[in-house]
Amino acid sequence: MAHTFTYPRDVKTVYYFGTCLVDMSFPQAGMAGIHLLRRAGVEVVFPQEQSCCGQPAYNSGFLEEAKAVARAQIKAFSRADWPIVVPSGSCAGMMRHHYPEMFANDPEYFDVRKFSERVFELGDFLHNALHVRYEDKGKPVKVTWHSSCHAMREMGATAAAKALIGQLSNVELVEIEREYECCGFGGTFSIKQPEISAAMVADKIEDIRATGASAILSGDCGCLMNIGGAMEHKGVPVAPRHLAEFIWERING
Amino acid sequence: MGSQHLDFTANVTEALADRQLRANFKSALTGLMKKRVAVLPDAAERERMRDDAEAAKRKALAKLPELLERLERKCTENGIIVHWAETTAEANEIILGIMRSHDATKLVKGKSMVSEEMHLNHFLETHGIEALETDLGEFIIQLNHEPPSHIIVPAVHKNRQQVGRIFADNLQGIPYTDVVEELNAIARKTLREKFRTGHVGLSGVNFAVAETGTLVLVENEGNGRMCTTVPPVHVAVMGLEKVVESLSDLPPLLRLLTASATGQLVTTYVNCITSPRKDGERDGPKEIHLVILDNGRSKMLADAQLRRTLQCIRCGTCLNHCPVYIRIGGHAYGSVYPGPIGKILTPQIDGLADKGVLATASSLCNACEEVCPVRIPIPGIIRRMRTEAYDEKGDGVVKGHGAKKNLLETLVWKGWELTYRIPALNRFVVSMLGRFGDKLPNVGPLKAWTSVRTAPRFAPKSLHQLAKEEGIRHE
Ligand code: SF4
Repeated sequence: MAHTFTYPRDVKTVYYFGTCLVDMSFPQAGMAGIHLLRRAGVEVVFPQEQSCCGQPAYNSGFLEEAKAVARAQIKAFSRADWPIVVPSGSCAGMMRHHYPEMFANDPEYFDVRKFSERVFELGDFLHNALHVRYEDKGKPVKVTWHSSCHAMREMGATAAAKALIGQLSNVELVEIEREYECCGFGGTFSIKQPEISAAMVADKIEDIRATGASAILSGDCGCLMNIGGAMEHKGVPVAPRHLAEFIWERING
Repeated sequence: MGSQHLDFTANVTEALADRQLRANFKSALTGLMKKRVAVLPDAAERERMRDDAEAAKRKALAKLPELLERLERKCTENGIIVHWAETTAEANEIILGIMRSHDATKLVKGKSMVSEEMHLNHFLETHGIEALETDLGEFIIQLNHEPPSHIIVPAVHKNRQQVGRIFADNLQGIPYTDVVEELNAIARKTLREKFRTGHVGLSGVNFAVAETGTLVLVENEGNGRMCTTVPPVHVAVMGLEKVVESLSDLPPLLRLLTASATGQLVTTYVNCITSPRKDGERDGPKEIHLVILDNGRSKMLADAQLRRTLQCIRCGTCLNHCPVYIRIGGHAYGSVYPGPIGKILTPQIDGLADKGVLATASSLCNACEEVCPVRIPIPGIIRRMRTEAYDEKGDGVVKGHGAKKNLLETLVWKGWELTYRIPALNRFVVSMLGRFGDKLPNVGPLKAWTSVRTAPRFAPKSLHQLAKEEGIRHE
């Protein structure tokens, strides 16, 4: 599914949706995203009532619970119609594509759709809406890239991420074999089917190792937690990094 | 098999431990993936074809009852005898009846997944009838007493050394060889004798054309053609979703079926069967039967979302692209239809109580939907299966809805909902995790997670806190 979005122009203010995982475990990656947006000249608003996109329940078969949490997010971002930028392709995909699905038969469907059309993935937004330019101040380094399945297949955000990495002159990007293949996270999948998930992440790590890169970048903390946790468990010395955090460090030297 | 209880976890453990199996699957399926891309290089053209193929199938499903009636009328006019079977048991009885009316004891079979769904071979055996598979892959695994592990490449889990062993062990007077040409020659010689002496030939149906009453059969080996022309009687079996309206619906479907299944531009044989042997014709069966099976399909048809399952043309490419299928192979699913399509089709046929677990075997990565030639929204229907498995009340339409409902999960998700719906509770829980998250007991989900990964870490300060401290506007 290649998706072409209509990007807003002359953006002055955006909402930021941090995601539950970033909030709890990767707040620095979340802050880096905010910094990158502000550096691009936009004001960032972070509603404190936000929490989780609802995907875990939605994918696990608990639709009513997912809808209740989704409603809370829609409410938290309803005071203005600014774009909503998300440092996670997976959560962005949930809010952009699955919210309208979940509410297809409800009276609020059209409002939900209007909300969904305001949702963008961070890297995609920086590149395609804000047209950012970066100057690399870091030392030469070799990295590789992993897209979450939803960043790639639902949000079409892979090309933008690679374009951003491409702006960093001292960063060499080596592509991973079977880049299209899922890392085995899949939220509750990794818990419901731990053995299959373990086999998938083990193969992913082999492919990462084969690139010889010293860091694996991604725009999704779910994948990073899965791949990073498994690499640490195995003692594989490759650093898992969120794209925003990586870029923020490179451009600040 | 059938709707027996499935111990999926045990199957998975066993499959993952088999290194040879994993290697066979990976190499075979990576090959098929590459071939598909090579034969459909122009993305825009491929997407146009998919639009047309999907439209043809959706149109057919939208007026299925009418098309099936037309198909029956046309076939009857053409001299094909049409039978209807609501259940697999009925379908088996019909075929047994046809065999008996001809005093037939030997059935030669082309490839047919519906006959697998019916467990036809086993049924016939118990009635003293020999059912012989003639598709090369089916032949190999029948010799080895196994069910198919892939809907297009039934013996994909075997490499040529294993095939050589199976031949040497099960065919009389055949020494071991792993030379592909020799293996082919052995199969060919054995199978020819079967075609020559078979009483009735059986085949599946890829597409049945209502307009003309034509049964379209796609194959590569020529064995299908042997089954449908050499024996004096031919029985074709199909699920009722195989009907399309007219011949002009076929081109995109045939192109995509072939390209998606085996990465070929065209297939070796496209058989179009319209009638039994006519006066003055020199070959072909004297009698043709068409058995049309429901087995739960009309129920799927009645539901707008589940209906899309019936668009499937059984190309198998969703299996080839599924990271789960690639690792565990077809047998682990313990079901006739494995892989992504099996995860949505099997619970709908066999019920959620026995087969609902299959819907958990997906990371919802969407690879299947991305390649499905008729654009079946497989991940969406997987989610639907998961929801119905817990939904006791609701409007569950799949057999056994609510079968997985349990107090623990209900409570966990209710707690999850409250935590993420009520901001004050959310702040409290997140700060507790930040403080005590690393002291969580290593049980349940955490134990599953940490078997191959280090435990997740919780930051001392949440993003909510950091953003506030940095003075980010928060409305
Ligand atoms: S679901 Fe789609 S990809 Fe899978 S076998 Fe059916 S038609 Fe092919």
